[in-house]
Amino acid sequence: EGRGVPGNTGGWPGSPGRAGDIFINNEWHESKSGKKFATYNPSTLEKICEVEEGDKLDVDKAVEAAHAAFQRGSPWRRLDALGRGWLLHQLADLVERDRAILATLETMDTGKPFLHAFFIDLEGCIKTLRYFAGWADKIQGRTIPTDDNVVCFTRHEPIGVCGAITPWNFPLLMLVWKLAPALCCGNTIVVKPAEQTPLTALYLGSLIKEVGFPPGVVNIVPGFGPTVGAAISSHPHISKIAFTGSTEVGKLVKEAASRSNLKRVTLELGGKNPCIVCADADLDLAVECAHQGVFFNQGQCCTAASRVFVEEQIYPEFVRRSVEYAKKRPIGDPFDIRTEQGPQIDQKQFDKILDLIESGKKEGAKLECGGSAMEDRGLFIKPTVFSEVTDTMRIAKEEIFGPVQPILKFKNIEEVIKRANSLEYGLTAAVFTKNLDKALKLASALESGTVWINCYNAIYAQAPFGGFKMSGNGREL
Amino acid sequence: RDIFINNEWHNSVSGKKFPVFNPATEEKICEVEEGDKEDIDKAVKAARQAFQIGSPWRTMNASERGRLIYKLADLIERDRLLLATMESINGGKLFSNSYTLDLGGCVATLRYCAAYLSTNDCVFYFPDGNFFGYTRHEPIGVCGQIIPWNFPLFMFIWKIGPALCCGNTVVVKPAEQTPLTALHVASLIQEAGFPPGVVNIVPGYGPTAGAAISSHMDIDKVAFTGSTEVGKMIKEAAGKSNLKRVTLELGGKSPFIVFADSDLDSAVEVAHQALFYHQGQCCIAASRLFVEESIYDEFVRRSVERAKKYVLGNPLTPGVSQGPQIDKKQYEKILDLIESGKKEGAKLECGGGPWGNKGFFIQPTVFSNVTDEMRIAKEEIFGPVQQIMKFKSLDDVIKRANNTHYGLAAGIFTKDIDKAITVSSALQAGTVWVNCYSVVSPQCPFGGFKMSGNGRELGEYGLQEYTEVKMVTMKISQKNS
Repeated sequence: EGRGVPGNTGGWPGSPGRAGDIFINNEWHESKSGKKFATYNPSTLEKICEVEEGDKLDVDKAVEAAHAAFQRGSPWRRLDALGRGWLLHQLADLVERDRAILATLETMDTGKPFLHAFFIDLEGCIKTLRYFAGWADKIQGRTIPTDDNVVCFTRHEPIGVCGAITPWNFPLLMLVWKLAPALCCGNTIVVKPAEQTPLTALYLGSLIKEVGFPPGVVNIVPGFGPTVGAAISSHPHISKIAFTGSTEVGKLVKEAASRSNLKRVTLELGGKNPCIVCADADLDLAVECAHQGVFFNQGQCCTAASRVFVEEQIYPEFVRRSVEYAKKRPIGDPFDIRTEQGPQIDQKQFDKILDLIESGKKEGAKLECGGSAMEDRGLFIKPTVFSEVTDTMRIAKEEIFGPVQPILKFKNIEEVIKRANSLEYGLTAAVFTKNLDKALKLASALESGTVWINCYNAIYAQAPFGGFKMSGNGREL
Repeated sequence: RDIFINNEWHNSVSGKKFPVFNPATEEKICEVEEGDKEDIDKAVKAARQAFQIGSPWRTMNASERGRLIYKLADLIERDRLLLATMESINGGKLFSNSYTLDLGGCVATLRYCAAYLSTNDCVFYFPDGNFFGYTRHEPIGVCGQIIPWNFPLFMFIWKIGPALCCGNTVVVKPAEQTPLTALHVASLIQEAGFPPGVVNIVPGYGPTAGAAISSHMDIDKVAFTGSTEVGKMIKEAAGKSNLKRVTLELGGKSPFIVFADSDLDSAVEVAHQALFYHQGQCCIAASRLFVEESIYDEFVRRSVERAKKYVLGNPLTPGVSQGPQIDKKQYEKILDLIESGKKEGAKLECGGGPWGNKGFFIQPTVFSNVTDEMRIAKEEIFGPVQQIMKFKSLDDVIKRANNTHYGLAAGIFTKDIDKAITVSSALQAGTVWVNCYSVVSPQCPFGGFKMSGNGRELGEYGLQEYTEVKMVTMKISQKNS
């Protein structure tokens, strides 16, 4: 229950000494409205606990604190850049110390397999914090040789109070992706974690306090999109907003930013990412990467390889091996170390995925395996593979965000480039080939923010990540 | 035929035309084809075609792109006299300014951008594991660019220079008040040898052609210079349509702070130019002049003396030092703000009304004893009206200078190093000038904090805004450092 855990200073909702779940000025508050909302375990469908529900007034309080912490002459503004980096390093240390707790919380709240939470999500969090800790005192301006008798230099200043809205698919990792760069550069921040998955963000709040970030530098307001999220997007004293989520909501965020105070906007949105397998690829590698690429995290990745284009000559063999993989994918209790696939996050996503699966069947794709929910297992869906998929089908155009792999056929490179680029999305792409010329040609031609060659989901703190076209604005990491 | 698409001249799809005026005489210069949504659609199609993988523009060596931009700079230099004259007649701009600053700036900016190409490195990354990673700084695609009327040709070059340098194709809408120099440069673009469709120009109005650009589903980025009010609408339309990337250069109410220890003559003259240049029609106009108490009265006296020295008249005439405002709408807005200054209790030191019986001329006007809540201290005037305010302490003036939702530029006059560094670090402005003003150069990034804009133009930073980063990560069998 959180008590007696070494170093814990109120990480759990309801911990001794914790008066609420809204983290402002390094203190815990109740919501102004007095409302709470429940967070559930999607694997067991049970309520985990209740969390204070923030709204506009709580956001206002948080922004006030963040604004004060950003004032000229404040402890945060006067801290050496190296000092900022040191705080981030220490936060990484505490996350590492409490890694098992955080991974457990994350698994309970999202349904992702515990081993993935521990070895992938938490690993990413620690590495990302350390990467940005190292950058803090390397944010350098430039001296510029202009005409005339002047000295000209640039300063790379923090923007100010930043709003961050984080998603439910990698709750803690996406929070660190937002927090680490913002703090590294000297900003203060107001975060709204996803309403489905607030717990690890709140635990992180207690670690931020323990490390000793000055009050007001990080503030966390759990709540819902239309209330807290909208309040952040249109707040007149927030200077930048960073959002990860659906393209549909991303557009609303950018509009609200424009209508209010022209706050700077970065967006990480959806994708319908092509995975192109040429006939000369290492077939085993391609099948495995494509499989993990689409099924990882229950298909709930913006990078999901949800359009697999396979060159004609190897198509039947590729499908056969992919189906074999999919049928073997262990689905079950996320705390079981054999499990690779847990439940979908909630009923809404579950229904949407099943609807898209039905559309695949109706529109004439060939259902190779799966195709329905697990019987009597709540939000679990069988790993599903469709072959003979064509570009006009819904499953080839819409983001599914579930364990469904559509496999399409192509004849030649020119054709597959056109088809891969034909959607409004442009987040990632993957290419499997041994031929250097093909690899470089495809890498240049694909309209995607990231192109992977003979690998998938190779995501690192060092590598900039973000979307072309409607998959986003700007880059993270 | 004035709509430039695919290196050819077209009539507007609607058949409509609009008049272009000389603000010094209020006479019509000529009529220009009026573009609307259908013309924008045509232009975007051409720009998209020119951007296709495998097109002449996409397969051109970067050095060749640079060579074309250099050629364009040379042609502009060749036609400098013609362009400067056109700009003066159409923009009400003093001929000497058009020739030296506007045209000089255009040529320098193009040459800066042309040479940037050979220095635009991509970066190699060192991801963990057996991977080789690199970034490509790709062109974004089709860029829509909306140009203002205060520096028509200069702002046109600020937009197309970086965009073309980075390999994009463009659809440009010059301001409806001042389309002429852009149209002449179109013929130079054709002469230089840019492939068809790389640069397209559609004259027209904001609510029609401008709006069509902001909400176009096949434009990848929109760059706008103009008012904050319209900037918000453009960003909103970008969000509503296809999340196109947005850069904005908007209004300002830039503070100019004079400490008691400055060189007073220099401060007075620079502050004066900083406001009155081009009839006050600059986004960086130093329209809030904060002067330290102990030198206030003398500063005001000298500033008034300076303001009274103007000769108003036709900007082509030698000896004229102030031209007209651009049009009736601006003229009326400025006069209204001058009236508000009088009503709200500022002290009118000189000027304060219109001049002449033809053309949109306003007398150079100075207000002293201006306080922070007056409209003239808060709203962007964009006219020849100088507000001089008093301050006591450094902390106080910093707070007051930052107390606005604008943040474009600022100026500081002092000899003290500590004051210079402290104040320049504290001001929320995209450019801070110390003991100078209006030093704008293609090497330097320019843009606004807060509601004065999003993003930067020029300098390495500005050119980065015209690229889209692609990270390529390749698996290798063994990595060695």
